[in-house]
Amino acid sequence: MKTAAIIIALGGALVLQTTLSGLIVGSTVAVNLVLVAIVYLALAYGPVTGMFAGMVGGLVQDALAGGIVGLGGLTKTVIGFVVGVLSAQFNLTSTVPRLVIFVVATLVHQVLLAGLQRITGSPMMSLQFSRLLVQALINALVGVIAFFVVEQGPEVLQRRRMRRASFAKKRF
Amino acid sequence: MEEIRKRTTGFFVGVIVAQVILVSWQVQTKSGVRVLSAVAFETFSRVQFATAAVVNGVRGTWGNYFALRGVRAENADLRRQVADLQVKLQAEHALAERSARLQELMDLKTQAQLPTVAAEVIAGNPDPTMRTVTINRGSGDGIQADMAVIAPGGVVGRIIGPVGRHAARVQLIVDRNAAAGALSERTRAGGMILGAEANPPLRMDLVSNFADVKPGDNIVTSGVDGIYPKGYLIGRVERSDHGGGLYRTISVQPAVDFASLEEVLVVLEPPQPAVRDEAAK
Repeated sequence: MKTAAIIIALGGALVLQTTLSGLIVGSTVAVNLVLVAIVYLALAYGPVTGMFAGMVGGLVQDALAGGIVGLGGLTKTVIGFVVGVLSAQFNLTSTVPRLVIFVVATLVHQVLLAGLQRITGSPMMSLQFSRLLVQALINALVGVIAFFVVEQGPEVLQRRRMRRASFAKKRF
Repeated sequence: MEEIRKRTTGFFVGVIVAQVILVSWQVQTKSGVRVLSAVAFETFSRVQFATAAVVNGVRGTWGNYFALRGVRAENADLRRQVADLQVKLQAEHALAERSARLQELMDLKTQAQLPTVAAEVIAGNPDPTMRTVTINRGSGDGIQADMAVIAPGGVVGRIIGPVGRHAARVQLIVDRNAAAGALSERTRAGGMILGAEANPPLRMDLVSNFADVKPGDNIVTSGVDGIYPKGYLIGRVERSDHGGGLYRTISVQPAVDFASLEEVLVVLEPPQPAVRDEAAK
């Protein structure tokens, strides 16, 4: 079940990311769905899952993006592991702490990645704070919505089904 | 509990060390993990084909059936525009014939028709900081790395490796790692176009402070890089300021609308050696 969740989350994030960026290429607003999926998995399943999801997601993203394979893998492994450890130590089940985790994870990820790009001499992305913040907030929003859909979705559907059933009973 | 924690930390350290070795190896050899990239790209391009088909299907259904409100008025407006343009076209034809005659007289070589292949954009880059797209043509269609990619509006970018059998990756000219030899169409002042993470997303470097480059000037490819054929439109100068050093600070708005890029043409001419390389020989 957990493996299926990891594959669906990472695979879905990659497919969505490539499809969306194909449609909005050239836009200055960017969302990193792979990172969102990794933070989500780390929060939901803990440090080991977060670490492996980070490693696999980062390496695949690197391999597909072109450039040095492993830079994204390394940063996402660290993010997945640290977020997993935090989720095991603290109660991060309500919306606000999760939102904060997504924002901080995105900012730390971008800073780590820029640092590694500098060390390895590969072209660096710009670290414009306002832009980073926008990306972090969008990532956080997407992540929190993902949690809401997974956690509340089945319950909402169940409630709607029951309401329909009782409405049908009243009619007949 | 302590045992599990130790094992997890050990795992983490192992994974990190393995990836540091992977990165160091690539940085030292500068060759990259080509096999891993090629296999991942080839495999994922299949998924992207399917996704692009679904997206195009939905888009087509929406565009052909639901988004047709106001088409009649737009059609009438377009007819008027076509009539105006036909008149202008007549004038342009006359002008073109005259310049062709002049060109023959001056014994100038006419630019040869470039061999091209049309391709569809099927995906973007999974890394949002990199400006590349995937197209549905690859080595099977004669595409190689470093071939130029153009659109009706102007220059799009160049093919970068690895090139799959039926898919290839295009580095857009607005990518922060992209560059092209360029010159001002009006004054022929030469320089280099670079992608920038800014608005507008292109800047022109190495243009002397003494050169005459003004906002509104067309910037075209110079051909010196050996990748882009000469004379293709890159964009229009938006700002041109006197720089602090030797060169002007010029920002350029690309001619191509990258936000709605769907079809492109790949120039099937293998890259030529850059002008500087030829001079060195």
